[in-house]
Amino acid sequence: MALKDHTNQPLEYQTEQGQMNILGFWIFIGAEIILFGTLFAIYGVLGNRYVGGPTPHDIFVIRDVVIQTLLLLTSSFTVGIVIWAMRNNDLKGLVFWQIITLLLGVGFLVMEINEFIHYVNAGATLQTSAFLSSMYALLGMHGAHVTLGIGWGIALIFQLLKRGITHQTATKTHIFSLYWHFLDVVWIFVFTFVYLGGLA
Amino acid sequence: MVDIKWDRILVTGEPLITMAMILIILTVLGVVVALTYFKKWKWLWKEWLTTVDHKRIGIMYIILGLVMFVRGGIDALMMRAQTAVPENTFLSAQHYAEVFTTHGTIMILFMAMPVLIGFMNIIMPLQIGARDVAFPHMNAISFWLTTAGALLFNISFIVGGSPDAGWTMYFPLAGKEFSPGVGNTYYFVAVQIAGFGTLMSAINFTVTIMKMRTKGMTLFKMPMFTWTTLISSLIMIIAFPVFTIALLAATLDRVYGAHFFTLSGGGLDMLWNNLFWMWAHPEVYIVILPAFGMISEVVAAFSKKRLFGYHSMVWAIIIISVLSMIVWVHHFYTMGVGPVVNSIFSITTLLIAVPTGIKMFNWLFTMRKGRIQFTVPMLWALAFIPTFLIGGVTGVMLGMAAADFHYHNTMFLIAHFHYTLVGGVVYAVFAAFTYWWPKVFGFKLGEKLGKWHFWLFNIGFNVTFFPMFFAGLDGAIRRAYTYSADAPYAPLMFISFIGTLFIAAGMIAFVMNVIWSIKNREKLACGHDPWDARTLEWATASPVPEYNFAILPEVNEIDAYWYAKKRNESFALKKEDIKPIHLPNNSGQPFIMGVIMFFVGLFFVFELHVPAFIASGAFFFMMLLRSFTSYDEGRYVNPEEVAKKETSWREVS
Amino acid sequence: MTEKRKFPISHVISYLLSVGLTILAVFFALGTNLSKETIMTIIGSFAVIQAGMQLFMFMNMIEGRDGWMKVTHTIYAIAMAVIFVIGSYYVLTAGHPIM
Repeated sequence: MALKDHTNQPLEYQTEQGQMNILGFWIFIGAEIILFGTLFAIYGVLGNRYVGGPTPHDIFVIRDVVIQTLLLLTSSFTVGIVIWAMRNNDLKGLVFWQIITLLLGVGFLVMEINEFIHYVNAGATLQTSAFLSSMYALLGMHGAHVTLGIGWGIALIFQLLKRGITHQTATKTHIFSLYWHFLDVVWIFVFTFVYLGGLA
Repeated sequence: MVDIKWDRILVTGEPLITMAMILIILTVLGVVVALTYFKKWKWLWKEWLTTVDHKRIGIMYIILGLVMFVRGGIDALMMRAQTAVPENTFLSAQHYAEVFTTHGTIMILFMAMPVLIGFMNIIMPLQIGARDVAFPHMNAISFWLTTAGALLFNISFIVGGSPDAGWTMYFPLAGKEFSPGVGNTYYFVAVQIAGFGTLMSAINFTVTIMKMRTKGMTLFKMPMFTWTTLISSLIMIIAFPVFTIALLAATLDRVYGAHFFTLSGGGLDMLWNNLFWMWAHPEVYIVILPAFGMISEVVAAFSKKRLFGYHSMVWAIIIISVLSMIVWVHHFYTMGVGPVVNSIFSITTLLIAVPTGIKMFNWLFTMRKGRIQFTVPMLWALAFIPTFLIGGVTGVMLGMAAADFHYHNTMFLIAHFHYTLVGGVVYAVFAAFTYWWPKVFGFKLGEKLGKWHFWLFNIGFNVTFFPMFFAGLDGAIRRAYTYSADAPYAPLMFISFIGTLFIAAGMIAFVMNVIWSIKNREKLACGHDPWDARTLEWATASPVPEYNFAILPEVNEIDAYWYAKKRNESFALKKEDIKPIHLPNNSGQPFIMGVIMFFVGLFFVFELHVPAFIASGAFFFMMLLRSFTSYDEGRYVNPEEVAKKETSWREVS
Repeated sequence: MTEKRKFPISHVISYLLSVGLTILAVFFALGTNLSKETIMTIIGSFAVIQAGMQLFMFMNMIEGRDGWMKVTHTIYAIAMAVIFVIGSYYVLTAGHPIM
C-alpha cells in the first residue's frame, strides 16, 4: 500500500489500490449503463403492447411518483454531503448524512413496493401484457439496485464506526456514493420515459 | 407454472446418456479415491481452490476449457456420425437437437471463453510487468462463477434433460409453450452465472492494463496480446450486460410467465433475436481478438522480426471492436424488416473486412524477409492465416443481405463460422498453448507428437468443413438430424464425417503429447526464454515465481526484452535491490461463493423458489462477509527467498 | 489536517436545479397540449441535463488522475447504450411493423 506522491489528493485516491477500485467501479458503471439501456430498449419496443390490459393512464399515480422522484433526488444530494463530510474528516457528519441518505432510500423503496401492490390489485401483473412485463423488469431492476444499495450502505456504516475514516473506508464510501448517484441518474430516465412518457 | 416430473428427474432410457452417466460417476469416484489415497486434499485446497494467484487461476481456466473442449468435441463427433449417411438412426431427432445445442453453447461459452481468459490471466500481467491483476480476489470469484455455470450446464443432460433449442435459443421454440421441460431453463440460468464471472474478469483486466503497467510502458508500447486483451475486455463490458438482461427476460418468461418473447400477451419473439445478437456478434469478436493477439506474438517471435505495422494493428482492433457492436442484424436479414435496414447492416458488416484485411497483410509482412523457424506454434500460426482467410471471405459473402437469403441457415454458414472460430480461435489457442507452455511449466512440449497433432487436426478440419460449403449451396440445412438418400450432398456429408475422425486422432495426439511431455519433463526442460522471444513475460524465470518479477522491469520501447538481449544488457540481480514483495492472501470465499451460486442456479432451474431465495441470501451473506473481511493487508515475500528463487535463471550477487 | 472545505454550494445549486427541472418536466408532460413528440424532446433533454449534472457535479467524474479514462469509458458506454436503444427500436419497428 505505497503512498507514493498522491498525498495532495483526497484520501480515497491516495493509494494505488484505492485508485484502481474507483476506476474499476466507474468501468462497472459503464456496464450498468448498458444493462439499464437494454431494459429501456425492451421497454421502448414493448411499451405500447397492452393487449387489452391496463395502460399507463389506468395505473400510474403521478403524485406518488413525483414524491418518489423527490425522495431519490434528495438522497442523491445528501450522499454528496456524505462525501463532503468525509473529506473534512468529519466521521459524525458522514455517518449522520449516510443514515439520512439510507432513510430516504427506504422511503423510496416503501413507496415503490406500495405502488407495485396497487398495480397488482388493479389487475396489472407481470403476466398481464408485454407492456407490464417490460415495465416491471425495468422498475424491478432499479428497485433491486436500491435494495442492494441500502444493505451495502448499512454495512458501510458499521465499518466506518469500527475503523474510522481510513484509506480503505474512504474508498468504499466514495464508491458507494457513485453507486447511489448512478441510481438517481437511472431514475431520472425512468421517471421521464416510463411515467411522463406514458402519461403524456 | 411448475411442470416437473420429479420421479423422472434423471434422464434414463438413452443408452449413450446412461453410458456417459456411468463414466462420470466412475471418473468422480476415481478422482476422489486418488486424492484421498495420495493425501492430496489439503494440497488441493491450499494450493488451488483458495488461490488468488493470476497464474494458477489461469491454469484452472484453461483446464476447465480443455475439459469442455472434450465434451463439445464428443458432441460434434456424434453429430457428424449421425449425418454421415442418409436416414441414419444413430441419434433420435430430439437427441440430435440436444447435442447441437450443447455443442454450440459449450464451445463458445465454456471452451473458447475460459481458455482465452485463462491465457489473459497468465500472460497479460507478465507482459505488462505487473505482479498480479488489479483485483486478485475478484479474479478468483470470476473463475468459480464461470465454473459453477459450466458445471450447471453440463449436469443438464443427466439431471432433467439438456437444452434443445439451439445455442441461439430462438423464441418461441425456447419458450415454455414449445419446450416445457427444464432443459432450456438450464441454458438461461447457467449462462447467466458464467456471464457474471466474465464481466468481472473484463473489468479486472481493463483496470489492470490501465493502471498496473510497469514504468515506461505506455499504451503504444504494449505487446499485441495485451492490446487485444484490453479491447476484448472493453467489448465484454459493453456486450455482456445486454445478454444479462436478455437471459433474465427469457428466464422471467419461462419461470414466471412474463411476456417478453412469448407470442401471447403481446410479446415479440424477434426481440430475443435482436438482443441475443447484440451480445453474440460482439461475442465472436471477444473470442477472435485475443486469438489475433496470440498469432501476432507467435508470428513476431518466430520470424525474429518486430511486428509489422504495429500501430495499424492496434487501430484495426479498435475499429473492429466498434464495428462489432453495429452489425447484429446480419444474423437475421431474413426476418424481413425491409431493404433499408438490411442495407445499413450489410454495409457495416462489409466494413469489418477492411481492418481485418489490414491485420492479415501485417502478419504476412512480418514474415517477409524474416528468419522463420518452423516450430509447432509457428505451424499453427501459418495454418491460421489461410484458414481464417477462407472464413473471412465467406463471411463477406454472407454479409451481403441479398445473397444471404440463399445461404441463411445452411451448412454454408456452419462451414463459414467454423473456419473463423476453429481456424481462427482454436488454431491460435493451440499455437499459444505450445508457445507459452514452457513459460508456465519450465519445459517444452514434444515436437514430434506436436507435429502429428498439427497435421492430423489441420487436414481433418479442412476435410470436415470444406465440403460443407458445397453441401450448403446444394441445399443442406443446418440442424437437420437426417436427410433423404436422394439428397445430392450425401457424399459430402460422408467426407465430412471422415474428416472428424482425423480431428479426433489429432486430439488424441495432443493429449498423448501432453502426457508424454510431462513424463519426459527432465529431458525437455528449458531455460526461461526457450524461443528467444521478445516480450516481458520471458524476462523472468520459468515456471514463473509467485511474485512474477523480483524487480519490476523498466521499458522504453516495444519488445524491450528483445532489444535488451540484442544490446547484451546484463540481467544480473543485486541482492540489495530486492525489496520485500507484497502479495495478497489466499481465500476460501470465492470457492464457497461458486458452490453457493451453483445451488442458486440449480434451484432456479427446478423452480424451487424458497430454496432458491435462501441460497441467494447465502450468496449475499458471502458478499457482505467479503466486505467486512476486505481489510486483509496480505503478506510479504522476504528478499532472501526471492534471491534464492532468482538464482534458477540469473546471477544474483 | 487541511482546513475545512467550504460547504458545497454547487451541490445545493445542482440539487435545486434538478428539482426545478423535474417539476418543469411534469408541467410540460401533463399541463400542456403540445404534441407527444415535442413533449418527449423537451423532457428528454431535461433528463439529459439532469444526468449530466449528476455525473459531473455530484459524481466528480473528472477528478483524480484517471479522470480521462472515466470520462472516455462512460461516454463510450452511453453512446453504445443509445445505439442499442435506438437500433433495437428501429430494427423492430422500421419497414413494416411486426405485430
